[in-house]
Amino acid sequence: MSAKPRHPLAPARATRIIILAVIGALFAVPIASMVEFTLRDPQTGGHTLNNWASLFAPDAASTYEVVWTGIGNSLLLSAFAVAVVLLILVPTMVYVEVEFPRLSRVLEFICLIPLSLPAIVLVVGYVPVYQFIGRTVGTDVWSLGFAYGIIVLPFAHRALKSNLDAIGIRVLSEAGRTLGDSWFGFLWRVAVPNLRSGISAAVLITVAVVFGEFTLASLLNRTNLQTALNIINWQNPFVSVAISLVSLIAVFLLLLAVSGLGRVGVRRTRRPATPTPVSPTPLRGTR
Amino acid sequence: MTTSSPVLPGIVGTPVHFEAVSLRFGSTLALDEFSLVIAPGEFVALLGPSGSGKTTALRALAGLEAATAGRILVDGGDITGVPTNKRDLGMVFQSYSLFPHLTALENAEYGLRSRRQPKAARREAAQAGLDLVGLGDLADRYPHELSGGQQQRVALARALVTRPKVLLLDESLSALDAKVRVQLREEIRQLQLRLGITTIFVTHDQEEALSVADRVAVMRDGRIEQVGTPEDLYLRPASAFVAEFVGVTNRIPAENLGDGTVRVLGSVLPVAEVPATEVPAAEVPAADATAGGLVAYVRPENLRLVVGAGAGSTAGSGVSATVVESSFLGSFRHTLVTLPDGSLLRIQHAATEALAIGTEVLVEAVAVTRVVAA
Repeated sequence: MSAKPRHPLAPARATRIIILAVIGALFAVPIASMVEFTLRDPQTGGHTLNNWASLFAPDAASTYEVVWTGIGNSLLLSAFAVAVVLLILVPTMVYVEVEFPRLSRVLEFICLIPLSLPAIVLVVGYVPVYQFIGRTVGTDVWSLGFAYGIIVLPFAHRALKSNLDAIGIRVLSEAGRTLGDSWFGFLWRVAVPNLRSGISAAVLITVAVVFGEFTLASLLNRTNLQTALNIINWQNPFVSVAISLVSLIAVFLLLLAVSGLGRVGVRRTRRPATPTPVSPTPLRGTR
Repeated sequence: MTTSSPVLPGIVGTPVHFEAVSLRFGSTLALDEFSLVIAPGEFVALLGPSGSGKTTALRALAGLEAATAGRILVDGGDITGVPTNKRDLGMVFQSYSLFPHLTALENAEYGLRSRRQPKAARREAAQAGLDLVGLGDLADRYPHELSGGQQQRVALARALVTRPKVLLLDESLSALDAKVRVQLREEIRQLQLRLGITTIFVTHDQEEALSVADRVAVMRDGRIEQVGTPEDLYLRPASAFVAEFVGVTNRIPAENLGDGTVRVLGSVLPVAEVPATEVPAAEVPAADATAGGLVAYVRPENLRLVVGAGAGSTAGSGVSATVVESSFLGSFRHTLVTLPDGSLLRIQHAATEALAIGTEVLVEAVAVTRVVAA
């Protein structure tokens, strides 16, 4: 079997290796530094496993309880923000693309607003809103999900928009409607299956943003993973970094699971995309 | 009144009436009191340049655009306000529009799924639909595993499986390469004749329209310029626009001789009638009018080339010309000649008459398609 010919614009092998090495280092060096930091002995300056051992020590459970609370809250908030993306953003974007394509830019602009506002400005705006939310539905941590639903909009919108543009949703919608589909029938049977990659990317990025969010939770006095790590950091920075590492791995596994869920039900085609030539006598009568 | 299909039970030929349908996009009038009556089982092509309103008319019938005035009747019932998904029409789009996540069979059964038919029944009907378009063996293929022609056949099967009242083809062949396009249009016509389904075909390709349709409606600025059989349009165009848009034509200055004849390129030719919409009889220029007063539309096959003795002379009928281009097109040849005044004429003649560039010839007109005021 001959080797696949190289694209004329593709970088040379050496260039690819250098690019991979630089990018890999960007990820690996901070993580390796974190690992090394967690192994330091604060007393002697040498290396020890005591910081890791203290994480799982029974007498430290109450100390680190806030972390477990933070992780639980971040999971809950992720689910809430994902629900906002799936139940509000996806149908809205599909509807606008199909029925009001001229408003697509307006929707994009609205979705990008959170990206252009500093978190502190957002919080100032949220304070009166959350005073109202607190009076009406309480101050439980899940209510922070409304704010998170807003801050993930720019990222989720971009992921979905690319997918919508790629599949030509408007023509598919017209085909569905002429075949007798209702709006929700089309959304469920055609739009969602064909937006699987966009939805998957939007969900992934939503989970990642929520697990990494600190400012809103801190300023609105809610506990999530990042605020919990901040609390631990004041008590023991070595253990805090160890927990950060564990969280990093846990979130990575969570994102893998989300990504895997996005592929459930996707059928693989058995043949390569080589169309069969048109038959010279294709028409047959019904019998 | 409807007519039943002899091939697919349930498919019937249904009459369609457009009654003074108007449709605006902002300040643009896309359809201007568009009226057309289509008989049950008839194949009508809407032909016209870009922006003439042909696709808008089809989309208004499908319910994909809302008419701002007028009525659309299918089988006698007013469907103007009926939602698209309740109109029971089958539509094949230019861009295939197959659902990428479904196989050919699943695509074909989609309309029946929307109608909540039992799985076994819809599978059987979908398979029959694919068999009908010759793709029964490729039922488990995904759209990306099919060629453009095959995808369009699946789209056709998908539209027919629901037994629609009318089949709508929106530039359905435009995305295909030339050979497949010709093959598929012939197959669609055969299928339409066998099923007896009323079909409306939108195209900007005149050859496509003339070759498959019972009648062709030529559109311009949201209105029908002329509707008739392909022969009517080609041989008896109702307007200068139709004469120029349908087929190739030459515009040649003509002189009115006042006795039902005109002089074109020195030849005296009869003019059957001068339609009132173009040049009212009372306004036909007098016999002494200048040659620039009228313009005759003459088809390339109605111009004759004389080569050899006398070709360079201007005495008698015909005018001298010089060959500037000659193209061999298989069964015939197209030759472009220039007249002494610099104007160009396109002439169709036998493929065996090869002419070198620069050859002096005599050009004669043997028939006139239409005469209008200049």
